[in-house]
Amino acid sequence: MTAAAPTPYTPDEMMTIAAARMLWPGCVCFVGIGVPSAAANLARLTHAPDIVLIYESGTIGTRPHVLPLSIGDGELAETATAVVPLPEIFSYWLQAGRIEVGFLGAAQIDRFGNLNTTVIGDYAKPKTRLPGAGGAPEIALHARQTFVVLKQSPRSFVEKLDFCSSAGFLGGHGERERRGIAGAGPQVVITDFGVLKPAAESQELTLVARYENVNIEAIKAATGWPLLVAASVDVIAPPTPVELQTLRDLHERTRAAHAGTRTAAGLAKVGTEA
Amino acid sequence: MILGSLREVIAEFVRDGQSIALEGFTHLIPFAAGHEIIRQQRRGLHLIRMTPDLIYDQLIGCGCASALTFSWGGNPGVGSLYRLRDAVENSWPRGLAIHEHSHAGMAAAYTAGAARLPFGMLRGYAGTDLPQHNAQVREVVCPYTSESLATVPALNPDVTVIHAQRADRHGNVVIQGIVGAQKEAALAAKQLIVTVEEVVDTLDAPMNAIVLPHWVVTALAVVPGGAYPSYAHGYYPRDNAFYQRWDHIARDRATFAEWIERHVLRTRDHEEFMQKLEAESDPPARQPSALSPQPSASA
Repeated sequence: MTAAAPTPYTPDEMMTIAAARMLWPGCVCFVGIGVPSAAANLARLTHAPDIVLIYESGTIGTRPHVLPLSIGDGELAETATAVVPLPEIFSYWLQAGRIEVGFLGAAQIDRFGNLNTTVIGDYAKPKTRLPGAGGAPEIALHARQTFVVLKQSPRSFVEKLDFCSSAGFLGGHGERERRGIAGAGPQVVITDFGVLKPAAESQELTLVARYENVNIEAIKAATGWPLLVAASVDVIAPPTPVELQTLRDLHERTRAAHAGTRTAAGLAKVGTEA
Repeated sequence: MILGSLREVIAEFVRDGQSIALEGFTHLIPFAAGHEIIRQQRRGLHLIRMTPDLIYDQLIGCGCASALTFSWGGNPGVGSLYRLRDAVENSWPRGLAIHEHSHAGMAAAYTAGAARLPFGMLRGYAGTDLPQHNAQVREVVCPYTSESLATVPALNPDVTVIHAQRADRHGNVVIQGIVGAQKEAALAAKQLIVTVEEVVDTLDAPMNAIVLPHWVVTALAVVPGGAYPSYAHGYYPRDNAFYQRWDHIARDRATFAEWIERHVLRTRDHEEFMQKLEAESDPPARQPSALSPQPSASA
């Protein structure tokens, strides 16, 4: 018996697809730019067509045909159910607890899911100044739970953050709850190696699942602290042909749309409409 | 409301050492006004904006700013603002004091400013290192529930500049689409400068649209394409390719300086800036009528 050879895929594609699978039909999801945006739209284009995507630019229930380059591309407004002012999105929608999942990326994460998007090195004299926290500090507080997606390496999975931009479980062991923070915090971390979830008592991130071609020793080596590993580590199913094709089509039309060169003064209609 | 050329308006109302917010959340970013501030070589500005992007990178790289209040400073979807980074990391071309917030904090500060309240309040910043590095982020205890809440001082810029789609002949202004915190920043300001795509006989704004009445507008200038390379919904889309190109231009001090010299300092106004970019573009311009409005994709 011969089976069709499975289509090869990249670790980045697997990460995006694994992240998309975490979202459910009808889920109200606050989306960041980058992998979270790709994953959330992949979910919408596959198993969760009625997912409600909210971008912090104030676009509620948006259904972009191509991934936005920025958080406020016109595409997001044109395809949204509603477009609201920015102070409103953070107060009436996020702070009020209407968001089920906040989907975040980061430059660094620690074992308790605290995130750094601010600086590498000293704050006053940074080695690398990153863009900063943006909407993340309050997404991390008020979304009923957060999912974090980032590539795993000793540089990103660190023993100690250079700067805490958004709260995860802080020092763990219930510190977040004791401080009265409403949301349940980072319940899932999706990487290019597998999936981590907080341990029941300590809230320390624990490897619970891995991709099919990845071994646990490699995952430990990609972590800047001694990684906790669940007694039984699940193996995540590889991408289905539909998932892979849908993701690749999405990236392809996005690339084509954003590469559109435009005569500056002509402001010709190229770009978001491609 | 004073109607003038952008050059006249900036000369009259933007002074060295002021606090100034050129607001816009990806959409309707007042690029032309920022370029005019660079041409007129203002110095010591305290720049305020939630999402300083390319125009703030340019102002900072040209040495116009001494301080920045912000919540996210990057090239959206592309990466770093290299001129901002160079100022923070290496004090080039001069040091830049930074007052860093979250988006929710900045939004609360503008909202308080617009309402002329002393501070904005939110459930925010908890567990982060931001309050350690920004002494303006403090706490207040709710007199009703005893809950501790984060506070930020109101933002009341000396000048706010926004770009809008349209004004009518009286100077009433309407903005549509992704509106960010422009209404709050506009009403928080001591003086409000507005650039618009066009002036029309009748505004025809939907009843609940964001309209800034003429008597809160200090000065108005008509600048077609004034938000380019960001966009004006219903007029022209965002030039994402330019944002990607900026990554290469701004990475290097010399390349940046050459670009600014050629495109901003040596151009008379926004129209000439656009003509220069058009002349360099490949393929060459196909549309002789430079800035004719296009129908909105949602129309």
